[in-house]
Order: sequence, then structure tokens, then C-alpha cells
Amino acid sequence: MRKDQTLGEYLEAKGVSRRGFLKFCSATASLMALPPSAVSQVVQALASAKRPSVIWLSFQECTGCTESLTRSHAPTIESLIFDAISLDYHHTLQVASGTAAEEAREAAMEGSAGEYLLVVDGSIPLGNPGYSTIAGISNVDMLQESAKNAAALIAVGTCASFGGIPHAKPNPTGAVALSDIITDKPIINISGCPPIPVVITGVLAHFLTFGTIPELDHLGRPTAFFGQNIHDRCYRRPFYERGQFAKTFDDEGARKGWCLYELGCKGPTTYNACATLKWNEGTSFPIGSGHGCLGCSEPDFWDKGSFYTPISAGLWGSRETLLGAAAAGAALGIGSALAAKARKKKAQAADEAGQS
Amino acid sequence: MSALQEIPVTVEAGTGNIPPLLHEIRHALARVARGESGTVIDLRSLPLAPGEEEKIEAVLGEGEVQAELQALGPTSVLETAYAGVWIVTHRNTEDEIVARFIEVGRIPEILRSQPEDIERSAKELQQKLQETTASES
Repeated sequence: MRKDQTLGEYLEAKGVSRRGFLKFCSATASLMALPPSAVSQVVQALASAKRPSVIWLSFQECTGCTESLTRSHAPTIESLIFDAISLDYHHTLQVASGTAAEEAREAAMEGSAGEYLLVVDGSIPLGNPGYSTIAGISNVDMLQESAKNAAALIAVGTCASFGGIPHAKPNPTGAVALSDIITDKPIINISGCPPIPVVITGVLAHFLTFGTIPELDHLGRPTAFFGQNIHDRCYRRPFYERGQFAKTFDDEGARKGWCLYELGCKGPTTYNACATLKWNEGTSFPIGSGHGCLGCSEPDFWDKGSFYTPISAGLWGSRETLLGAAAAGAALGIGSALAAKARKKKAQAADEAGQS
Repeated sequence: MSALQEIPVTVEAGTGNIPPLLHEIRHALARVARGESGTVIDLRSLPLAPGEEEKIEAVLGEGEVQAELQALGPTSVLETAYAGVWIVTHRNTEDEIVARFIEVGRIPEILRSQPEDIERSAKELQQKLQETTASES
């Protein structure tokens, strides 16, 4: 696809019928969590959308985010979205290496100055620039250089969004999030460890369709995907309402698919779309497979205590008092949010006490 | 798979989202009956427990029309036992579901021939006839 070609022209040249394009737009609107009534708008916008240049930088990361992306569960539709962008630099996926690869990045930065999207996965180590380098350039230098002329930045994964696992105590590399370094550009955080693949493509599709940044929550995440917590959208929620909890991973409650709250499920304080979009071609998600949510799309999820301790245990101190709280039912949505805040404060206080 | 099925995990109750969805369809159908515009419901936007989509299909039943179209992979368009209520399932070329909608209206848009395609095919047919005429003469 040539850069000056619109997506509509490109698809027509590829022999995709307008009906096929309509189907593509319906699936894309669904992907972006737009109401079906918005499809005609998407059709109009995408037909005339120009192909944006994308530079993808991988810093202190495990490649899980790229793995997730390349296993997007809708190859045809999503590969069209990838055809529709110009992925000019991605050192894991591109064929070029060494000097040629860095030249591709520089060419994209120059050729599309002010217009390209900069995608980052992985955190940035500030402890010692030598901890993570690409072509001899430290992550922080490459980020600052690449961000200078970007239209917008997308942080893919919890590491780029909030520091993630490298940032977990004791944070040996001094890892920080993208937003700790770049403060003068719009940043979209697509958190998750890894993020749901269709959320990554959904955000790209939004930028492609509307040329704007989607509505974001207070942590910079698109509300279309992170607007509701796992608990509120969980199919096991009715068991929670009735006070039916699995107490161990192999008891009667677990076998009957009851609520996993007491086994440490972080669904009530975790904002993500797993409960509706699901994973592995829409097969399931952790709770659907009998394990509580780890809360991987939230800041500092690794340092919030055990994955198997109920959320409110930190606030009330013991399992026993917590059960009383769980029985209080509806009040818990607020309670757990407070608990999360209290825990964060407590953790920070402990951290400071430890350092001083 | 047989070993997996032997694990006695059952899902006792659903999300409770089926009845309100069916009422939404009822209201949408009443609007179409009054001559107002149709409604499209994205099934991916609702939390549904395993097996609930099948329950919805069972309640709505099968009607007179079953259409299959090929555009970037197969799409099935089924009219349910309730005339005007359609289930549209888009699949990609690897046969995985990419989107699923309940459409309420006289005919889902995806079944109609699109103006851009009609325009192009009119040209193509004209060209074909010209070529045929030229080769015959």
C-alpha cells in the first residue's frame, strides 16, 4: 500500500468488495467497542483514512506484548489494520537489522515528522543506561529522540504504562514508565501483562478511523476497554451477590463455578476488558478457567500482596473480618477501591520507612 | 478432550443478561413494526456465561432465511423464528468468529448489494459485453 493511498482505495485495488469493507468496518467498530450505529461513520472515515507511519520501540520487556499482538484472534480483519498502518520499525518483527534497521527508524522519523505514532513496550531503566540498549543507544535516549516529532505515543503493556514487573520492588534497574519521561505528548496506556491483542488493534483502529486519541481514564487508558472492572462484567458475579464463594481451588464451590473473590481474585479493583473480549480466540479468560484475576492491568500489581489473598484482607487485617465485609455485598465496590488506595499508601509508607 | 470433560465443573447459573436482552429485542421489533428504524445489538458487548449465547439462539429459534456470504471470510445471516430478528455472524478466512450481532429490521445491511459494488459491476458487465461483441464481429 502506498502512503498516499487511502484505505478505501487500497482495499478496492486488492479486490475487496464494498460488502467486504462493510463487514471489516462492522468488526472494527465492534473491536473499538463502538455502538453498531456508528458503523456508517467508521465506513466513511476508514474509506478516506491515510496510512499512518508507526515506529515501535521495545525496551525492558519480555516480548510477551508482541507475542500477544501477533496472536490477534482475527487474522484477516486485523491484518488489514496492519496493512493499513506502515510499521516502519519494530526490531523483533522487521527483517532488517543493525545499521539498516536504525536507518529505517531515522527515515520514518524524518519522513513523517509530526505525524507518526510511537508505540513503546517495556519499561525504561534509569539506574544505569547500560542496562538496556539498542544499537548502542540507551533506551531513554532512543525514547526521547523518537518521541520528539511523534504525533502521539502508545504505551503497550503494563511495563511501558506503569513500570510493570521491572519496576517491582526492589526495582534493580530503576525502571520507570513511558509517562515518567515524556510529559509533553499525548500518551495512551494500553496496560495488561500482556494486553488483550484486540485492544491494541482497537486503539490503532480508533486512531486510523478518527485521527484522534480515544477518551482516556485517570491512568491514561482508553475508557472503551478499561472503563469497567472485571468484577462488574464477570459472568460469576451472580454468585458473589448470593455470597457463594469457592474456598479452595478444588472444593464444591470451585467445581460449581462460584465466585473466586476469597481465593484472591482482583476482579473488583482491576479495569480491563477480559470478561467480555476474552482470550485465545474468545475461548475464555482467567476467571472462566477457574483462577482469580491477578490484576495485571493495574499499576504495581506485582507488589500488592499475594495473588491468593482476598483484596480487602489488607484493609481489615484478617480473613475472618473480610468475610463479614464480603457479605455486605454492594458496599464492597467502594470498599475495595478504598482498600486498594489504603494498600497503596501503606505500601508507600513501608517503602519509605525501609529506605530511610 | 474426553479427559477434560470428566472433570465435574458445571456452571449453575447464568449472568441474568438473557431476559433483558430479549426484552430489548422485543422493544426493537415493536419499533420496526411501527415503521421506525432498526436496531443492531453487538453480542460481544455483553457479559455472557458459557452456553448463554446458545441459549439465546435456542429461544429465538430458526426462521425461513439462512444466507451465507463470502466476503473476507464467511458470514452467516439467519432469520430467527421471529420475523425481523436476525443473527449475523462474521467469520474470518480461518473460520474464527470476528463479530456477532443481533439485527432487528427487514433485512441486514450486509445482505444488500452495496451501491459502490453495483456501480463497478455495471461497468464490468458493459466491458464484458463489448469484448464479446468485438470478438464475434
